[in-house]
Amino acid sequence: MNFATSPVLELTLPAWRSRFVALLVFCGFAVLAGRAVYLQGLHNAFLQAKGESRYGRIIETSANRGRITDRHGEMLAVSTPVKSIWAIPEEVKFEGPQLSKLAGLLGMPEREITNRIAETGGDFVFIKRQIPPEVADRVAELHIRGLFQDREYRRYYPSGEVTAHVLGFTGAGDAGLEGVELAFQEHLAGKAGSRRVIRDRLGQIVEDVESIRAAQQGKDISLALDAKIQSLAFSQLKAAVIRHRAKAGSIVALDVGTGEVLALANVPTYNPNNRAQLSGAQLRNRAVTDTFEPGSTLKPFTIAAALESGRITPQTKIQTAPGRFTIGAATIRDAHPEAVLSVEQIIQKSSNVGAAKIALSLPAESLWDMFQSVGFGAVPRLGFPGEVAGRLRPYKTWRPIEQATMAYGHGISVSLLQLAHAYSIFARDGGIVPLSLTRVDLPGTPRSVITAQTARRVRHMLELAAQVGGTAPRAQIAGYRVAGKTGTAHKQENGTYAAHKYVSSFVGFAPASNPRLIIAVMIDEPSDGRYYGGEIAAPVFSRVMEGALRLTGVPPDAPMRPVEMPAKGQEVEESI
Amino acid sequence: MVRLNLFLLALLTVCALGLVTSQHKARKLFAEAEREQERARTLEVEFGQLQLEASTWATHTRVAHIATQVLRMRAPDAKRIRIVTREVPGEGRRQ
Repeated sequence: MNFATSPVLELTLPAWRSRFVALLVFCGFAVLAGRAVYLQGLHNAFLQAKGESRYGRIIETSANRGRITDRHGEMLAVSTPVKSIWAIPEEVKFEGPQLSKLAGLLGMPEREITNRIAETGGDFVFIKRQIPPEVADRVAELHIRGLFQDREYRRYYPSGEVTAHVLGFTGAGDAGLEGVELAFQEHLAGKAGSRRVIRDRLGQIVEDVESIRAAQQGKDISLALDAKIQSLAFSQLKAAVIRHRAKAGSIVALDVGTGEVLALANVPTYNPNNRAQLSGAQLRNRAVTDTFEPGSTLKPFTIAAALESGRITPQTKIQTAPGRFTIGAATIRDAHPEAVLSVEQIIQKSSNVGAAKIALSLPAESLWDMFQSVGFGAVPRLGFPGEVAGRLRPYKTWRPIEQATMAYGHGISVSLLQLAHAYSIFARDGGIVPLSLTRVDLPGTPRSVITAQTARRVRHMLELAAQVGGTAPRAQIAGYRVAGKTGTAHKQENGTYAAHKYVSSFVGFAPASNPRLIIAVMIDEPSDGRYYGGEIAAPVFSRVMEGALRLTGVPPDAPMRPVEMPAKGQEVEESI
Repeated sequence: MVRLNLFLLALLTVCALGLVTSQHKARKLFAEAEREQERARTLEVEFGQLQLEASTWATHTRVAHIATQVLRMRAPDAKRIRIVTREVPGEGRRQ
């Protein structure tokens, strides 16, 4: 049967059938076209996102943490990039010895690396963070597939332990944990940004799609600190603590005019670059967070309150014989009984009996007012973490014995920073300006606490105390007039005074004719047999002040000749 | 009609090729920009490290140690210091 005679040809079909088939075919095409339009035109977000995720990546752009410099621009804290190594788990492929080499470079067991990659799904896992750039370069030379590197930052402190307590340190993610790093966290911290990019098959970025967030670089901070004075203060303090086998020590240096903190150091300290083993004692920023009973360094405030009241003048005679003074059940003693002393001599010889008698002649309120207005009992608000207020009880609760002992610095506790700050009323004609950790270009208006006349009178007494015949001849500096006061106090332990544990201190300023710097030194538990503030703390003051005056270019105000020291046996011992 | 269509086709092809080349150029330039930025970053890193190194070498403690121990320098004592005051020639003149 051939085609021409096929009976099928005989059949006549209705015309609609062929049209129907054509319609079906057309409909098929229409559905396809519709779907195509739908996917590519109307509802394309999903597919586009899917497509982009094949080649697009979101990249973090890291931000630098601000640098900390001293007042002259010397670097105190710098963040420098280190590398972090990360992987895309689905793409990582180790060939041959790559894994063992990587493990060797990173100092990690091979198992840990493979576990890390296996445990984390998704497209990102850190292998190791904060590795030095040199090591990272050698890792890069291994050319491991799916392994990438990113920059991170690590904080370095070139001056190490010298500035440890002032600067503090940063923790994970370069966030401040202590000191200035914490106090100025907002200012220093940068904000990391992120951007979406397209990578080609070699992992190179070929196109910037969008910047999601621009990175904000952290701002730099210029501190009030003077790195040279700081270093001098620290080394002298450390030497004194070692020499006198003391438990701890602190030193604070302030600029009289601006209230700037030029130096602040504590011993024991730590190296902020290597904080593997740190004890609480090392971390303590004692000058700010610890209070102590200051002892005789508080006498000038008692005298100033009395001078202000007009009850006494520097020449008023006070009977201090027989060197004992009994109030109720308690007795106040002088180290060396003297007879009649003038108010000036009470400071010069540091007589407890004299100071106590003067204090008792005053209303409790005026003494409290004086202590309170120079900042005792109030947090200094410098911004340091853990700043303490010290203890100054309300005057209404004072008993007479307390008022008497407070006159020479017992029954009241202050931090060394507060003490140094309080002395600015004597150093600057009665006014006081707030403390500052950062540079002050325009000092604020001082708050007047005592009159200029009283300030000058006390200044003169303090100058006498820091000369032969006073308790601190060792505070003298060749070429400069120095004023200051020693303090030696028994330490309190479990509510009572420990017999052989002392805190030796000295607070002073120079040059006395026009004071520029205040330095306060505190040595905790000197245990080489000596413990007087004039023997332990005053020499530290003298050396640091001498260097600091030279470094700041303060002209001498006294003839340049060697300082006089009292003959042996002629030293004035301080009353404790 | 056919001529116009052919002309448009040719125009389209030229435009398409143009797009490809400009895209290619853009990517090349972008890669170059990326490289330069990368270089800027490395330089910045190096700068930071050098700064760090400089301040480490210039630490006051180290300088003081070298001055006193190696170079045997010391501050003169008070006996050997003389303070001289500068004489100002003529009144009212600035120093």
